[in-house]
Amino acid sequence: MLKINNLQARIEEKEILKGINLDIKPGEIHAIMGPNGSGKSTLASVLAGRSDYEVTGGSVEFMGKDLLELSPEDRAKEGLFLAFQYPVEIPGVSTTNFIKSAVNEKRKYLGLEPLDAAQFLRNMKEKMKLVEIDQSLLSRSLNEGFSGGEKKRNEIFQMAMLEPKLAILDETDSGLDIDALRIVANGVNQLRSKDNAFLVVTHYQRLLDYIVPDFVHVLYKGRIVRSGTKELAKELEVKGYDFIKAEVDQELA
Amino acid sequence: MHEENDDILEQITSSEYKYGFVTDIEADEAPKGLSEDTVRFISAKKNEPVWMLEYRLKAYRHWLTMEEPKWPNVEYPPINYQDIIYYSAPKQKIAPDSLDDIDPELRKTFEKLGISLNEQKRLTGVAVDAVIDSVSVATTFKEELSKVGVIFCSMSEAIQDHPALIQKYLGSVVPATDNFFSALNAAVFSDGSFCFIPKGVRCPMELSTYFRINAANTGQFERTLIVAEDEAYVSYLEGCTAPMRDENQLHAAVVEIVAMEKAEVKYSTVQNWYPGDKEGKGGIYNFVTKRGICAGDHSKISWTQVETGSSITWKYPSVILKGDYSIGEFYSVAVTNNFQQADTGTKMVHLGKNTKSRIVSKGISAGKSQNSYRGLVSVAKNAGNARNFSQCDSLLLGDKCGAHTFPYIEVKNNTAVVEHEATTSKIGEDQIFYCNQRGIDTETAVALIVNGFAKEVMNQLPMEFAVEAQKLLAISLEGSVG
Repeated sequence: MLKINNLQARIEEKEILKGINLDIKPGEIHAIMGPNGSGKSTLASVLAGRSDYEVTGGSVEFMGKDLLELSPEDRAKEGLFLAFQYPVEIPGVSTTNFIKSAVNEKRKYLGLEPLDAAQFLRNMKEKMKLVEIDQSLLSRSLNEGFSGGEKKRNEIFQMAMLEPKLAILDETDSGLDIDALRIVANGVNQLRSKDNAFLVVTHYQRLLDYIVPDFVHVLYKGRIVRSGTKELAKELEVKGYDFIKAEVDQELA
Repeated sequence: MHEENDDILEQITSSEYKYGFVTDIEADEAPKGLSEDTVRFISAKKNEPVWMLEYRLKAYRHWLTMEEPKWPNVEYPPINYQDIIYYSAPKQKIAPDSLDDIDPELRKTFEKLGISLNEQKRLTGVAVDAVIDSVSVATTFKEELSKVGVIFCSMSEAIQDHPALIQKYLGSVVPATDNFFSALNAAVFSDGSFCFIPKGVRCPMELSTYFRINAANTGQFERTLIVAEDEAYVSYLEGCTAPMRDENQLHAAVVEIVAMEKAEVKYSTVQNWYPGDKEGKGGIYNFVTKRGICAGDHSKISWTQVETGSSITWKYPSVILKGDYSIGEFYSVAVTNNFQQADTGTKMVHLGKNTKSRIVSKGISAGKSQNSYRGLVSVAKNAGNARNFSQCDSLLLGDKCGAHTFPYIEVKNNTAVVEHEATTSKIGEDQIFYCNQRGIDTETAVALIVNGFAKEVMNQLPMEFAVEAQKLLAISLEGSVG
């Protein structure tokens, strides 16, 4: 589904990704972990097509297409979803209206008729249960005045509505209390299928107690320095990142 | 990102003005220039009674003593008032008895603008007065309205048929001497709409006037007068378009509203005069005086405007709150792009007791445009318990445009509560990227964000206009953010 080959990227003059390799197949959940400043969020942003970053080398194939050639909106419509670490606020635009625009833009791209109001509402009601989100929240301006937990739940709700093939969760657990974390994880688990995949970017292991990954990768200094199963995450929980940093720095030296 | 911004800024500038066509209609014109003879010519053309000619001449003589206002935050080369044609009427062989007799070219013009003059099409439920250049060419639904006592006709007809009402109210809210452009208008206005809602009548349909400048080198000076007697209600819509021409054309209109006891008048404008090209060449100078008086207790006047056109806009729809417990409202969205300049806002003059006013102004600037809000809230000494709330928000697209706010507050009664809030924001790259990531392209995202920003005002528009206005906002700003 997603093949990243030697991906390099920088922001202004600073090189952040220095050769990422990653292969994600349908049905898989991959976790990317790493200390602060290792390039985790950059990877998520580059895949989604944020223009602040310049790709300086490597390739990314998504569903058989050259991802880097696609505009951010086309990547989205091809089925790539990014749950933002810091979702933006758009005053005056109701969450419902926003999601409806997004859903129908995607349908148009896929050559489908737009959903009528009744179908959309039915669909929405169903998905609202998944993330225990309230109707009143969806009538409000997008993310405006939402609490941290509400914003993150709204991200997962949008994901549920858009049914992406690959969902990237960028530190979705940051700033969440344990109940919100459980709700978010629960939503993800229910959306999981053999046809879609998840890339979960996180600093802490605790999210992975709820969303159990098939593979765990450790990102450090712009490279994936260790890959393993969920046991690797457990090890990091106990030992912290320092032991990996030390090992890698020694290898580099 | 900056390069991309520039690219897209380039693109907006090339977005087309949809109403820029010229209709080939033979016109009956006054010679260029302005003198007492011009004023007499116009008055004679319209077979006006002597009192009307006197009114015009008095205004003209006063105008000669006045100077063009220099205080607005706009720049333009001096206007040569002798280089303007002050009267231009589409030539028709005979005065139309029915709408079928209207010049087919003229009908086509209005069809292109999406305005139906066909009374059969009752579904639209809007009565229309169509003014092209200097004269009103058609007013629909007249008979149906007259059944309930509502008078809706062109100003020329009103002068002939309802002289008592015109003599009583014309100039009663905006005197000819009020300002430079109102004096000019009083001297040379050639048509407009008159609307009278008698006591206790709720006007059964929306009334609307479409103004169209067609002929070259002409100015348009129309005059609108709306009178709502006790407990009357009317909702009035106004739309404006013009052809694309390289030279600037002057539009100096006057609108007066009188609301008696418990009367309510809601006046909505979607102004889309030609804004000029991407280099700032051409476009309409829109210098308009609009004012209403809440003459009776518990009356209400509400102005809603969506301003996307004109090369320069200078207008401050105002309300004089004379009656106790009267209410004035002003809701405005002003969009400027390319080299457009807007200096617009309102005046709320609290004279009566327990009067309330509410101002919501949303300015959207793109390109190299300048957008200013200028507003006055004044509370007179005897206006106990006056309340005002003002909110002025500016949204910037790109970094070459400007947004300015000039609020003036004059309070002479210490029981008044006057609140003013102002914000300035930019459409952020983060917001655009967020929309992009959800599959929404940049143009659609800008339209979404802008409409969200302007929602509070758009919600005030009657349904028929709201959709049109929303599209207009999107078109006016096509591609303005990267």
